[in-house]
Amino acid sequence: MSHDHSLNPETMPNEPEKATLEGKNKFLGFWFFLGGETVLFACLFGTYITLRNSTAGGPTSNELFGLELVFIMTILLLSSSLTSVYAMYHMKNNDFKKMQLWLGITAILGFGFLACEIYEFTHYIHEYEFTFRSSAFGSAFYALVGFHGGHVTFGLSWLIAIMIRNAKRGLNLYNAPKFYTFSLYWHFIDVVWVFIFTVVYLMGKVG
Amino acid sequence: MTENTNSNETNSFQKQKRKEEMQKQLISFALMIVFTIIAFVVVATGMMDGMFVIPILLILAIIQVAFQLYYFMHMKDKDHEMPALMMYGGMWAAILTVAGLGVISWW
Repeated sequence: MSHDHSLNPETMPNEPEKATLEGKNKFLGFWFFLGGETVLFACLFGTYITLRNSTAGGPTSNELFGLELVFIMTILLLSSSLTSVYAMYHMKNNDFKKMQLWLGITAILGFGFLACEIYEFTHYIHEYEFTFRSSAFGSAFYALVGFHGGHVTFGLSWLIAIMIRNAKRGLNLYNAPKFYTFSLYWHFIDVVWVFIFTVVYLMGKVG
Repeated sequence: MTENTNSNETNSFQKQKRKEEMQKQLISFALMIVFTIIAFVVVATGMMDGMFVIPILLILAIIQVAFQLYYFMHMKDKDHEMPALMMYGGMWAAILTVAGLGVISWW
């Protein structure tokens, strides 16, 4: 049996993302990476919680944040998490077209989130002159939320790259782990966002 | 390939299982939306005192994250012992970091 045939079986195994040794290694390695990411974001959260009242005479979190935009962003990212669940559902049913469709919807929702975040940051900078350098609160805020936004940007580039690269290939045991690790990453971005909207925005409004 | 005999039967069984899984994930999505709305409503209406709101918000966030990890990221499924170990290891370091920074700044 050739290498190509073993990656393109006539019937897909139950969990195509873990059917090959490479897939298993990617799965474990990626979870290891996510454990490390947890620590990384914890450092940024710890810094933010410590410095959030050091405003140096600039605007406070209560004056800055508007809950409407944050709510829209939360719904966008949470929905995109569900659409990537749908994509993985179709991957396991070996339906490549539907998987690509739901991944496309995930990308659109992700871009919506990113557009809201860019609007939010430019609004803070132009209306309130609240920048990365204006106070310790500003540095901690942009470092934490900006790093999350950077993760979203990277995730979108990754998603578009694997969608285009595999568009004509179809689904096989070689690229199934790639799609699966992306979905894990995307869910993890939403996990981080849940803590950002709770700790940064909602707790910033409560004081 | 001997393991592929009766593949149709197992396929329909697996398909049914995946459908049930999808329903569970839809329910957890609905619950996550509900928890998000509760958190925003509590803060937007200012119905509770600051000291009570913060623990409630944190509990709502932790429940949401548990749904995300166990249902959306399949940590409840079998063969997820190592992922669980990695995540709980990461969370342990995360709690220590946040607690440590909190103690040096507030004490």
